[in-house]
Amino acid sequence: MYDFSGVTRGIHEFLSGHFSPLGVTLWEMVIAGVVLLLSLVLIAFTLGYMERKVAAFMQLRLGPNRVGFRGTLQIVADTLKLLFKETFVPQAADKMLFNLAPIIMVVVTMLSLAPIPFTETLQFYDMNIGVFYVSAVTSIGVVGILMAGWSSNNKYSLLGAMRSGAQIVSYELSAGLSIIVIVALSGSMQFSEIVQSQANGWWIFKGHIPVWIAFVVFLIAGTAELNRAPFDMAEAESELTAGFHTEYPGMRFAMFLLAEYLNMFILAAIGATLFLGGWMPLHIGNLEGFNKVMDFIPPLVWFMGKTFLIVFIIMWFRWTFPRLRIDQLLTLEWKFLMPISLVNLILVALAVILGLHF
Amino acid sequence: MGAGSLILLIICGVLFSVGGILVAKLFGPSSYNEQKLEAYECGVPTEGGTWIQYNVGYYLFALIFLIFDVEIVFLFPWAVVIREMGVIAFLEVLIFVFILFLGLLYAWKKGALKWV
Repeated sequence: MYDFSGVTRGIHEFLSGHFSPLGVTLWEMVIAGVVLLLSLVLIAFTLGYMERKVAAFMQLRLGPNRVGFRGTLQIVADTLKLLFKETFVPQAADKMLFNLAPIIMVVVTMLSLAPIPFTETLQFYDMNIGVFYVSAVTSIGVVGILMAGWSSNNKYSLLGAMRSGAQIVSYELSAGLSIIVIVALSGSMQFSEIVQSQANGWWIFKGHIPVWIAFVVFLIAGTAELNRAPFDMAEAESELTAGFHTEYPGMRFAMFLLAEYLNMFILAAIGATLFLGGWMPLHIGNLEGFNKVMDFIPPLVWFMGKTFLIVFIIMWFRWTFPRLRIDQLLTLEWKFLMPISLVNLILVALAVILGLHF
Repeated sequence: MGAGSLILLIICGVLFSVGGILVAKLFGPSSYNEQKLEAYECGVPTEGGTWIQYNVGYYLFALIFLIFDVEIVFLFPWAVVIREMGVIAFLEVLIFVFILFLGLLYAWKKGALKWV
């Protein structure tokens, strides 16, 4: 009903009339790349605007409301400002690594977009190890952060990067274990099959207690992996200035910011796909009329709605919990979340074998 | 789009980040100032080097992480086939997780999980 195959076919036929097959492929790559980048920048802008508005809402402020309609263009103005700033490399920095770090961050973020199913047809690469691929690729981001922190030759940067590295690798375990819960329930690592397995009900509804535990653990571990408050030890501004990107000026800093927002989007999208059914509309049992109405809402709207719900929860965390100290942070992971996830894994294995879920 | 999309994504990422930085270089001002190029730490010349020995705690956590991350890699294929294999898969993972849990308890008891 709402797919883009007509548009893509039209473009393909138009290009085939003008170019050789190789040229058609190249032009299609260019068009896909431009559309991709534009939509990613749009998503990052939306998240930036949303973050400020949510923060303002939580603190009874107005937030940005001058530039554009209700301040929607504020983030565009900020990006332009960053574009016109001077970019320089500090004298003592390791120049090559310093320049490489933001590029690695952006590339890793782009790569982890590949298997996410926006709708049934709108997906880059539906690989059979999708979930595994995502958890493998996102962990390369740590290398970018460590590279940025180490090469800056700044003590704040180094401390921030080391903290961030310890934190991300620790919380990756809990995030991985909570993803395994869904893999065990749906019996596949392919994103399309995971979504299909939720056609008669999302896992959060039909998975009972193990999935609820996994969802909560996933949210906590995900927030920690994003280096967001209350786990923003890496850039605790009251003690470390700006953490690993203290030395980065102008557009290089903007790349880190972009990667951070896109990572938040990707994490929320994965959470929405695994636990909340991805682009599947909400169906309730045998209520035919209700299900029909829900089917009329396009899948992309469902997907984005669920994703932004999780994004909102992550932003909500930031203004609700105080920042954790580094030892409390690691205690929370290794002495609470990790044993809980391991026990939860046994629970879910029992549930799958005994058929305790729907 | 298939596996080619990965290449497309890598190219997009590199072009976007490098292009953005180059455009900023083109538009932004540029001036030389010795103080500007110093480390942004406290306003006075920095004392001591940065690339020195630091807390061993990070290293310990990285080691424990390695063990458990490999465990998770083993658990992914297990999770795919658990429904077909049934009780045997459950018993096997019970033993597997139990041994690893003992490892976690050992690290805990030895004080490796304590921040120093």
